[in-house]
Amino acid sequence: MKKKISPMTRKSFVTYGLLLIVFIAVEIMMNTGNISSMLKGLLVPVCVYSILAVSLNLTVGILGELSLGQAGFMCIGAYSSAIFSNLVKDTITQPLIRFPLAIIIGGICAALFGILIGIPVLRLRGDYLAIVTLAFGEIIKNVFAALYIGYDSTGLHFSLKSQGDLGLGADGKMIINGALGISGTPNDSTFEIAAAILFITLIIAYNFVNSRTGRAVMSIRDNRIAAESVGINITKYKLITFGLTAFLAGVAGVLYSHNFYSLQASKFDYNMSILVLVFVVLGGIGSIRGSVIAAVVLTMLPEYLRSINNYRMLFYAVILIVMMICTSNATIRNFFVHNFEKLKGLIFKNKSKTVKEAE
Amino acid sequence: MAFLDNLINGISLGSIYAVIALGYTLVYGIAKMLNFAHGDVIMVGGYVVFTAMVDWGMNSWLSVGLAIVACTVLGITIEKVAYKPLRKATSLSVLITAIGMSYFLQNMALLIFGEKPKTFTSVINIPKISLFDGKVVIKGETTAAIIVSIVIVVCLSLFVNHTQKGRAMLAVSEDKDAAQLMGINVNSTISLTFAIGSGLAAVAGVLLCSSYPTLSNTTGAMPGIKAFVAAVFGGIGSIPGAMIGGILIGVIEILGRAYISPQLSDAIVFAVLILVLMIKPTGILGKKINEKV
Repeated sequence: MKKKISPMTRKSFVTYGLLLIVFIAVEIMMNTGNISSMLKGLLVPVCVYSILAVSLNLTVGILGELSLGQAGFMCIGAYSSAIFSNLVKDTITQPLIRFPLAIIIGGICAALFGILIGIPVLRLRGDYLAIVTLAFGEIIKNVFAALYIGYDSTGLHFSLKSQGDLGLGADGKMIINGALGISGTPNDSTFEIAAAILFITLIIAYNFVNSRTGRAVMSIRDNRIAAESVGINITKYKLITFGLTAFLAGVAGVLYSHNFYSLQASKFDYNMSILVLVFVVLGGIGSIRGSVIAAVVLTMLPEYLRSINNYRMLFYAVILIVMMICTSNATIRNFFVHNFEKLKGLIFKNKSKTVKEAE
Repeated sequence: MAFLDNLINGISLGSIYAVIALGYTLVYGIAKMLNFAHGDVIMVGGYVVFTAMVDWGMNSWLSVGLAIVACTVLGITIEKVAYKPLRKATSLSVLITAIGMSYFLQNMALLIFGEKPKTFTSVINIPKISLFDGKVVIKGETTAAIIVSIVIVVCLSLFVNHTQKGRAMLAVSEDKDAAQLMGINVNSTISLTFAIGSGLAAVAGVLLCSSYPTLSNTTGAMPGIKAFVAAVFGGIGSIPGAMIGGILIGVIEILGRAYISPQLSDAIVFAVLILVLMIKPTGILGKKINEKV
C-alpha cells in the first residue's frame, strides 16, 4: 500500500533536494578547482541573502505584515556575535566550537530584540507596523554607528561619544570603533556552514508553516477578527513569528559579519531591508522556495552583468511595482492566469484540468 | 541664548516637517495608504528648482512655480500608474508598491543627477532678524519656513472645510462608497488629494533645501519618514495635528541633537514615534476609529 504524502511535505522535500544538488555541484566545482574567484566570493552572501529572504517571508507571507527592520535584526546578530568572537578568539581557537556559539548568541540577541520591539509594535498593523520597524532599523544602525566598545584587563568599556572617552588601559583593545565599525572578526563563515544553516532555516520555515502554530498565524493573516473569535491569541502568535524572523535574520547577520574582516553599521541600512523585500516579492509572497531562488538569482545576476549594475536598483524598484500590480489587480491577474492555463493546455493536452495549484 | 537659538531652529525645521506631514495626512486620510514616495517627491522638487535656476538661468520665483507644477503632475502620475490599479488590493500590496515607487524615484534621480550631492543656493531673500543685541539671529529661511507653513495650514483648513471640493475630500475619507452614492467622483477626488500633497511637497523641498543646502537623491527620504512620524504624532488625518506634530518633532530633533548626541538625533525622533504609538496610537488630535466586523 502506498502511503500518501501531503503536498506540503512533497514541496519541502523538492526544495531540500534542489538545495542538496546545488550544494554537491558547488562542492565538486570547488574541489576540482573549476570555480572562479568571483563565484567563490559570492557563495556565502548568497546563503546569507537566502536566509534573510526566507525569514522575511515568514512575516510578510505567513503573518501578512510588512517588516522593514530586517537589516536592523541582522545588524544586532552581526555585532553581538562579532563582539563575542573578538573577545574569545584568543581563548577558543577552534572555529568549529567558536562559530556555533557565535551563531547562537547572534540569533538569540536578535530574537530578544525582536520580541522586545514586537511587544509594543505588534499591536499596530499595516502601515504603522512597517514604519515602526523601519524606524527601529534606523535606530539600531545609528546606535551601533555611535557605539565604542573596548576592553582591557579591567573589563569591557562602553561609550557613545568617542574612543578617548572609553578610558582604556595600556593593554586595551578596541572592538567597536564608532562609525568605523568592527574589525578583526575571525573569518569563520565558510560555504559549508552557510549552506548547512540555510538548510536548517528551510527545515524550520517549512515545519513552521505546516504546524499548528503556522496555521494559526495564517488564520490571523486571512481574517484577524475571525481568528480572534475562535480563540487564537493574536499577540502570542504574532510575537512567535516576529521573534522567529528576527532570530533567523540575526543568524544571517552572524554569517555576514564573519565573512568580512571589517564591518560598518552603515551596511545595514534601509537599502538592505528593501533588497530582502525585493527577493521575497519576486520569489512570490508566501513561497519559501521562491524566496531562495529569487535571492540566489538576484545576488548572482548583477555580478555577472556588470554593465547593468547602474540600473540594478531601478530594476528592483520596477520589480516591486510591477509584481504587485500584476498579482493584486484582478483584471491583470486574470489575464495572466487565463493565458497561462491556455498555454498549459497546449503543452500538456488538457492534462492541466487535473493540475490545480491553489496558492 | 543657545537654547533659544536651538528652539528657533527646531521650530523652523518643524515647520518644514509640518508642510510635508500635511501631504501624508491628506493622502492617508483619503486613500488610507502610506505614500512612501511622498518624501522623494520633495527631492524631485529640489532638483527641479536647482536645474531651473542653475542650468536654465530662471529666476527663483519662476523656478519654484515650475517645481510646484512638476511635482503636482508627478504626484498625479504616481497615483494613476501605481496606486489606482490597487484600489481594491490588500494594504500589504499597496504598501510594497509605494515603497517600490519611492525606491524608483530615488534611483531615477541617482541616474539622472549622479551621486555627487549638489549645493543648493537659497531662493529666499528675507533679511535676518537680530534679537537681544545680535545674540539671537533669526535667518531669513527660518522666517520664511514658519510663515509659509502657517499660511499653508490656514489655507488648507479653509479649503477642506469650506469649499465643495474640500468637503468632497472629507466625505471620501469618511466613507468611499457612501460618497460615491452622493455623486462625488471618488477617483478625481483622490487625484486632487495627491495633487495638493505633491504640490506641498515641492514647497517643502524648496524650504528644506534652502535651510539645509545639500541636495542628493536621498535628501527627501529621511525628512519624509520624520514628517510621517510628525503626522502620526499629531493624529493622522488632522490638518492642525500635522502642524503641531511637525513642530514638536522638529524641536525634539534639534534639542536632541544639541543636548543629547548629534549621531542619535534620528534615533530619538523614532523613539518618540514608538512611544506615541504605545501610549496614544491615534496621536494628539486624532480620532479613534472603531473597527467593524
